[in-house]
Amino acid sequence: MTYRWDFTPLLDNWQALAMGAVGTVRLFAVCLVLGLGFGLIVALARRSRWRLARWVSIGFIEFFRNTPVLVQILWFYFALPMLVPVEITPFTAAIFGISLNSAAYSAEIYRAGIQSIEPGQWEAARAIGMSGLQTLRRIVLPQALRRVLPALTNRGIEIFKMTTLASVVAYIELLHQGKLIASLNFNPLEVYTVIGALFFLFLYPLVRATYALERRLARSD
Amino acid sequence: MYRWDFTPIWAHGDLLLAGLGNTLVLTAVALAGGLPVGLALALARLSGNRLMAAPAGLVIEVFRTTPPLVQLFWFYFGLPIILNVEMTPYLAAALTFTIQSGAFFAEIFRAGIVSVDKGQSESARAIGMSKAQAMRRIILPQAVKRMFPAMMERSIELMKTTTLVATVSYADLLYQANELAQKTFRPLEVFTAAALLYFVTITLVSALGALVERRMAQSGEMTR
Amino acid sequence: MDTPLLRLAGLDKRFGDRAVFSGVDLDVKRGDRIAIIGASGSGKSTLLRCINFLERPDAGRVILNGEPVGAERQRSGGTETRYDEGSLNRLRQRVGMVFQQFNLFPHMTALGNVMEGLVTVKRMARAPAGERAMAELARVGLADKAEAYPAHLSGGQKQRVAIARALAMEPEILLFDEPTSALDPALVGEVLDTIQALAAEGRTMILVTHEIGFAYHMATRVLFLAEGGIYEQGTPDEVLKAPRRPLTQAFIAGHRRFSF
Repeated sequence: MTYRWDFTPLLDNWQALAMGAVGTVRLFAVCLVLGLGFGLIVALARRSRWRLARWVSIGFIEFFRNTPVLVQILWFYFALPMLVPVEITPFTAAIFGISLNSAAYSAEIYRAGIQSIEPGQWEAARAIGMSGLQTLRRIVLPQALRRVLPALTNRGIEIFKMTTLASVVAYIELLHQGKLIASLNFNPLEVYTVIGALFFLFLYPLVRATYALERRLARSD
Repeated sequence: MYRWDFTPIWAHGDLLLAGLGNTLVLTAVALAGGLPVGLALALARLSGNRLMAAPAGLVIEVFRTTPPLVQLFWFYFGLPIILNVEMTPYLAAALTFTIQSGAFFAEIFRAGIVSVDKGQSESARAIGMSKAQAMRRIILPQAVKRMFPAMMERSIELMKTTTLVATVSYADLLYQANELAQKTFRPLEVFTAAALLYFVTITLVSALGALVERRMAQSGEMTR
Repeated sequence: MDTPLLRLAGLDKRFGDRAVFSGVDLDVKRGDRIAIIGASGSGKSTLLRCINFLERPDAGRVILNGEPVGAERQRSGGTETRYDEGSLNRLRQRVGMVFQQFNLFPHMTALGNVMEGLVTVKRMARAPAGERAMAELARVGLADKAEAYPAHLSGGQKQRVAIARALAMEPEILLFDEPTSALDPALVGEVLDTIQALAAEGRTMILVTHEIGFAYHMATRVLFLAEGGIYEQGTPDEVLKAPRRPLTQAFIAGHRRFSF
């Protein structure tokens, strides 16, 4: 027998899905900014003059890259409140887990970008009297960021996918709302097909754009 | 000040270790399935035959672009409705991660195959090898060495992604940790211990991978 | 006045166990044009790079206008010279450098390259900095390329922009590190002409070069580096036409095909 697909319960619940979409985008935006921003700080600390800063940064990167992000989210949600007397909402826990995880990954991206800049660029800037910080900000970072833009875009896409993990701690985003609709209407097949399709339709153009960007940068370098 | 107490974890350490065992089993199964699936997808995509390349491309792009948790839910809750069969957490997880890692491996295979100099396949064909023979005897052996670091990285990603199965009650390390945390009211110790277990396991696996990589680099002419 | 513009006193440089040079002394007076020649690996570029501290000398002092760079400190094993970043940055504003590989900033136009030091280091406002930079570009004959990015310039044009970038900082000394070695032979001339014009203005410069003929015409003094130090020095006629020591003679003999 063939299954008869029925999308009407989903259409009826479009408001719940829209609410989920807002939650997804909100979590994504915060984690994107925090993750990529903090990652840059970690990358700079990694090449700091001070050994302690380097060690802390390496430890952070290794730890957050070598543990699953879902474990991190659950740790912040269930374990952290034992240590600090503040309430951790699902939103906060998801932000902590996803942002720190993304920071560790993007730190390695920034580092590779900075390392790829020829020593002559540093020397030329230093030779006209620019300080190390000025050289980094004006000469090295602008070139490095351009080179790693595709890798950062990929990271952004990963962050967007990761937001679904927040449903595990009952943060209201698309997948969470889908689960809810599926449990009320007994239509998981339609629900998860539609949610998957929504993610695909949103992210795939970005994936293609990243490929195009990669090719363009490869040609101009 | 919170007083740490790890004794409940020592008492139930076997639970966590059993979970870790299940994590490793699932990773191994998905790896064993994902590599051939990935190779097949890559060859199909490179075949030049539209009827093969288009579906392979679709599978690759869909599984690389959608969130793994949505995929898992689709296989666990959705697929049994189409197939009208019983679905176990293990089966759903094995299916999801086999196909998903296959999609990622496919792109690694493809990049590796494409990176082998065109002259290699031409000279293989010139001595009368078939296309398949050239791929198997000449192209793939060269490509595999180059792909190894990316494969290793993907395998580690896979192991981390398997934690998602805890949400469909497959008894992996994370699931066991969650159970134990509820049983002992010691979430801090339990989740910290679980995180450390993952960290140690994954660090060991990457170190092992780096070692193999170095060995491979030393053996034979790796250069081009 | 007696104070030399630049004095190197007992400069040592090692890479690991290998001494590149040791005990190099040199006085450079205002208006001097010094050409440094020598076989590859003789440490000419390293010596030049020690002057603006792109390489740290292991011992000895660099003295600019009578003021030693860095501060000496007593330590258990003897004295040690410490260099703080600020004083090095100030030194580098007074000592310009032109590199073999140009090292233009690829994400900035020719004008942006020349303005960069004025705006970032000298804290000039953008408008007057732009005017100064345009004047420097005009001086090297590239006013029409102001808006071009380095990727669209020829090697010779890039090197002339690099010279303008160094000039914009109004340095008291210009260092040239094999400025034509990375150029197609056809483009060498325009860069040498530019340097020659600067020489005619009476600028103080130190030039590491393989162009023996150019060194002969441009320099007031020639240093030949060998055996870890200044092996022979004198006027271009002395060193390049009538070298007295065997290694210099052998080196010059190898370059006879260059016409003086």
